[in-house]
Amino acid sequence: MSTSTIVGTVDEEKTPPAADRRRRRRAAHNVEASTHNRGPVWTAAGYVGMVLVLLVVAVPLFWILVTSFKERGDIYVRPAQWWPEPATGQNYSELTTRIPFSDYVRNSVIITAATSLAKIILGVLSAYALSLMRFPGRSIVFIVVIAALMVPNQITVISNYALVAQLGWRNTYQGIIIPLAGVAFGTFLMRNQFLNLPGEIIEAARLDGAGPMKLLWRVVMPMSWPTLVAFALITVVSEWNEYLWPFLMSDDESTATLPVGLTFLQNNDGVTNWGPVMAGTVLAMLPILVLFLFLQRQMIKGLTAGAVKS
Amino acid sequence: MATVYFDEATRRFSKEDAPAVDGITLDIADGEFLVLVGPSGCGKSTTLRMLAGLEPVDGGRILVDGHDQKGVRPRDRDIAMVFQSYALYPNMSAAQNMAFALDNAKVSRSETRQRVAEAAKILELEPLLDRKPGQMSGGQRQRVAMGRAIVRNPKVFCMDEPLSNLDAKLRVSTRSQIAGLQRRLGITTVYVTHDQVEAMTMGHRVAVLRDGKLQQVDTPERLYDHPVNTFVAAFIGSPAITLVESDVREGVARVHGVSVPLDRSVAGRAGEKVVVGLRPESWHVVETPARSGAGDSGTTALALNVELVESLGSESFVYGRPVGADDDADRVTVRLDKRTHLAVGDTVHVEPNRGEVHLFDAASGERIEA
Repeated sequence: MSTSTIVGTVDEEKTPPAADRRRRRRAAHNVEASTHNRGPVWTAAGYVGMVLVLLVVAVPLFWILVTSFKERGDIYVRPAQWWPEPATGQNYSELTTRIPFSDYVRNSVIITAATSLAKIILGVLSAYALSLMRFPGRSIVFIVVIAALMVPNQITVISNYALVAQLGWRNTYQGIIIPLAGVAFGTFLMRNQFLNLPGEIIEAARLDGAGPMKLLWRVVMPMSWPTLVAFALITVVSEWNEYLWPFLMSDDESTATLPVGLTFLQNNDGVTNWGPVMAGTVLAMLPILVLFLFLQRQMIKGLTAGAVKS
Repeated sequence: MATVYFDEATRRFSKEDAPAVDGITLDIADGEFLVLVGPSGCGKSTTLRMLAGLEPVDGGRILVDGHDQKGVRPRDRDIAMVFQSYALYPNMSAAQNMAFALDNAKVSRSETRQRVAEAAKILELEPLLDRKPGQMSGGQRQRVAMGRAIVRNPKVFCMDEPLSNLDAKLRVSTRSQIAGLQRRLGITTVYVTHDQVEAMTMGHRVAVLRDGKLQQVDTPERLYDHPVNTFVAAFIGSPAITLVESDVREGVARVHGVSVPLDRSVAGRAGEKVVVGLRPESWHVVETPARSGAGDSGTTALALNVELVESLGSESFVYGRPVGADDDADRVTVRLDKRTHLAVGDTVHVEPNRGEVHLFDAASGERIEA
């Protein structure tokens, strides 16, 4: 290969400057937005609807937060007290002293991390095999995996319990983690994502000599971040909140997760002392809330970066 | 660099349907630039993908450098492909896109850097090496896709309509760039396009496909001057050739009532019905139409009612129907130089040039050659 320049002229075109593109996008947005302007009545109705939905979601959360700062006597007063008067941190200190709260947090973190990791890795790998690799019986394997989605957890709980108890895995981490690590949902979600990737890019990578793992890590995954982040988020949230299985598997703070621990607390105190339970609920929500706020940005950024072809 | 040989290569997408590629035999020399051309759905892209290993070969063989490629994985074929959509890796910069294949082939870092720099220089991509595909224009992406192919120095280049996403002006300049690049690198190239101008200007030879069957492989000039059948004649050339069915009597064919004398050798082979083909430039304008000597052989000039004039500056094309013909009559296309000005509704008298008449069998569409 020599290095002299080739014949013919080079194109003069340039990428339009970012400000220019932004202006055009905004203009297009305004034109688009003006087409769904339907007069003040509809606009007002729209806002009323939005406020109603917001209230349905926000009021219970607000009530939990407010109750966690109330004194025991103020929780049941009528008319309802919408602001803690006086506000107290009593419930939080009670929560951390009356039950081994930090043990529950530790268990929750370990179990959520391990289960989510297993689910994500298995989901990505199985989806990759079922979408982009060719092997005999591929569609049968996929149907079997999808069939697993159709079976509700509650049905398999009894047989799983018998098996895990027989193995002597009650009150162990593996007893909780391994039965939860099955991934039909992730396989399904990621497979659809992989199938939607432009086939020519996959073919280009194959022609460029990328082996199966390299194709996955260097080409397929970077194009699938938004879906993976969404999948990871859903997985982490659902594992953090997983209740039934850890509850069946754990008798004490050695393996019980936060939601199970809060049940223990409620059982100890009877049904009237909601303050510490609400405080525990607030603390259990916090990490997920933070994670959500953080990952949500990533998710949106990824979505808009990948979806629009200029 | 390598030779490529398609030996009765066939691709069948389903058992019921006709094959997408039907027994193509094609011998491509080392360093040759071969263009596959045809209307959409003719199997040209499938043929290319079979060569690259992206489609299986259901019948026949494909040989690269004499080796049957059956069972050879795409990545082991040493074939680089430029896709219509460019298929750049969106997460990698231009330099990383180009280096990816070398990286996979375990080429050393310094050599990779050097080869990417060389390719970037050839394609004038140096200022863009750190940009991602999303930050580049269509023409720039196209050049990165070319760069990705040339850094590999492969045995064969496969190009699948690489210019069809560019605007018209850029397409013309990139066309000459690619042709020049191929000439300099000397790498065997198979280029797919539906654009016959690209086919005619770029390839050493052009293969015309129709419904998965190879019609003709020839140099662009031969293809234009000696199309083997009416399909090739109609497909190659813009504006298209005028094809008129006519009777042959005593060595004279009639085009819209105008007698066109045929060479004796050709006339002898022709049946009673032929298709006469005349390119737009195979006519000349006559000012005063003369009547030929023979009583019933009619005039030699055709009177056309001008229906459309396409003026391109240096020349113009006139589309018209014979005066007196009904509306279903085929249009005749005539090329005029820029000194002749005509308007819609005018009547112009034209005569076919001697020796520029293509003759095809009316039943089979095959060329009747002397």
